[in-house]
Amino acid sequence: MFTAIAMAVLVLGALMAARVLVAASASPPRGSHGLAADIDRLLPQTQCGRCLHAGCRPYAEAIARGAARINQCPPGGEATIRRLAQLLGVEPLALNPRHGRQAPASVVIIDEEACIGCTRCIQACPVDAIVGAARQMHTVITAECTGCELCIPPCPVDCIAVVPAPAAQHAWQWPAPGRVSA
Amino acid sequence: MSTVLRGFHGGVRLPRSKETLQGTGSRSVALPPLLIYPLQAHVGTPARPVVGVGQKVRRDELLAAPSSYVSQAIHAGTSGVIVEIAARAVIHPGGVTDTCIVLRADGEDRRLTPAPALDLGRATPEGLLARIAEAGIVGMGGAGFPSHVKLREGLLNAVRLLIINAVECEPYIACDECMIRERAADVLLGARILRQALRASQCVIALEDDMQQARAALSRRDLAGAQIVRVPAIYPAGGERQLIRMITGAEVPAHGLPIDAGVVMHNAATAAAVADAVAGGLPLTERLVTVAGAVRTPANLRVRIGTPIAHLLDACGRSAADARVIVGGPMMGTRLIDEPAPVVKTTNCVLRLPAAAEDCTMPCIRCGDCVEVCPAQLQPQALYELARAGDWDGASDLHLFDCIECGACAYVCPSRLPLVHYYRHAKSEIEALELAQRRAAELRSRYEARLRRLAQAGDAAAEAEGQAGSDVDAAPAPAAVPDRAAMRAEIAAAVARTKARRTANTPAAAGEDEDGAR
Repeated sequence: MFTAIAMAVLVLGALMAARVLVAASASPPRGSHGLAADIDRLLPQTQCGRCLHAGCRPYAEAIARGAARINQCPPGGEATIRRLAQLLGVEPLALNPRHGRQAPASVVIIDEEACIGCTRCIQACPVDAIVGAARQMHTVITAECTGCELCIPPCPVDCIAVVPAPAAQHAWQWPAPGRVSA
Repeated sequence: MSTVLRGFHGGVRLPRSKETLQGTGSRSVALPPLLIYPLQAHVGTPARPVVGVGQKVRRDELLAAPSSYVSQAIHAGTSGVIVEIAARAVIHPGGVTDTCIVLRADGEDRRLTPAPALDLGRATPEGLLARIAEAGIVGMGGAGFPSHVKLREGLLNAVRLLIINAVECEPYIACDECMIRERAADVLLGARILRQALRASQCVIALEDDMQQARAALSRRDLAGAQIVRVPAIYPAGGERQLIRMITGAEVPAHGLPIDAGVVMHNAATAAAVADAVAGGLPLTERLVTVAGAVRTPANLRVRIGTPIAHLLDACGRSAADARVIVGGPMMGTRLIDEPAPVVKTTNCVLRLPAAAEDCTMPCIRCGDCVEVCPAQLQPQALYELARAGDWDGASDLHLFDCIECGACAYVCPSRLPLVHYYRHAKSEIEALELAQRRAAELRSRYEARLRRLAQAGDAAAEAEGQAGSDVDAAPAPAAVPDRAAMRAEIAAAVARTKARRTANTPAAAGEDEDGAR
């Protein structure tokens, strides 16, 4: 009886150690499996780089190998931090303000009058949400824009502006009980 | 002639509060100066306006056409002129506005010539469905699902049983009972048409135990093979799943539809509207609305769809100063925030009820009364704890989305907990989360597609790896922009040109743009 329990504890311990090793060892495989992919699934995919990584997937890989903290994603905010903490079995942290603050979803628009057609924003856009061609007017596909703002610094004529993301009626949510007046 | 059925799980016996209206006739109400038509109004995509501001229309003229398979046509309720297509107050728990077509009545109430009646002897299901769609008919007892879509899905799935639902299980609501007494022949004709459109072999008309007069009005006529059944007046007997359970003994699967149980269900008012459309050539522009509660003369009003709700309350007289207005029944209705919001095709009842004391809630004592009454056989007390704790996964695991929000649990709760409010909040949080995840998946695939494209172009190395370094406290990397002298010169020239043009043409424009950028 006693040995059985001891065995079970040992096996469990070995399994946990293996999991930690997997989590901490060399970069996990690219693809739809593995810890990095699980982490990536919880990230908002804005690809904004505010976490100081090249995109959501690189940030996920950095977290997976213990090279980044879970509180570096302003677009995901508290909710993403909470879910990352849950996934990784660690305590949630407050969002690191060095990476920015959580803000309502936004998109960018191009002032088409002012655009000179330089294509720099097109090259900067991580999700191919800007269409246009050299010396032709550019425009943003609002539905695909993540609001990452990576297109703004390269623009030589400052013709890109941040606006609130369009809100649909179905975006309304029932408030929590108690916050509603009787 | 009629069968009495056994019950369903749970449910509560509520005070009926409709005895005064059962047996009295409907009343017409004066035409309001403005009729307002929200483009969204019901489930599905918003209708697409086909009229412009300033255009004159007659009654029954098409104002907005369906924009997709699940969408509805909207018709003018009177003659007049379109004065506005803009955001207006609608029936919504959060007071959200919707784009509405606003029609100013000219008082003449001229109609279009009705479409010719369809010959039922020759009409095909296709022809009937097309006419029902053109008439803008949606389910008038529930969420307003387009009726022709329900019928088409039923037809495709070879559904055998049509149920006409005349079970008004919520207190106060008595408009369907009144409509059946006054228009029994039309309800039966509508049922016959719906059955023909579905090619259904059976038709059941379900009424509540205490609707003796409505039952008599139907039984006097040729039922054409339809069967009348009586269900006990236990709330929520009129719920789709509960009624199917009582009539067929079958359960609609958790994430399924009535067609999965071999049934298509239509409301009795919808059946009458179908008769109007097919035999009368008329679109849906009018309905009966029960106005009750703290009003001087409770009534079933014949109302043009689009009439502001304040107009109905004016017509019946407000009898207490301090009251909440509820659209729908007291159990599942929506608290109205703006009285100018208009009646839509699903509006069956307008209530004025004394303000509820929501503050005197007590902690859950785990009495289990809510479990006994839940018609969906859920564990309301456990769902409450999970929803309150924000444990969305846990709530989903306990089948939160099978909750029909009937409010039976909150009704019997001795601690007066606003249980349904917790469930709605949890559902809407979960739905928002799922929406965000779907969007994230789309964005991820675009991002990955771009990386693949760049890799193919041969300059992916920097992009793919980036600065995915190991240092948490690294400084922000400068934006990596390919710099080439020629490009720089060209752009500098372009910038100069743009600046020159801006300062020359519109001196204020540059400043505005900078403001907009913040």
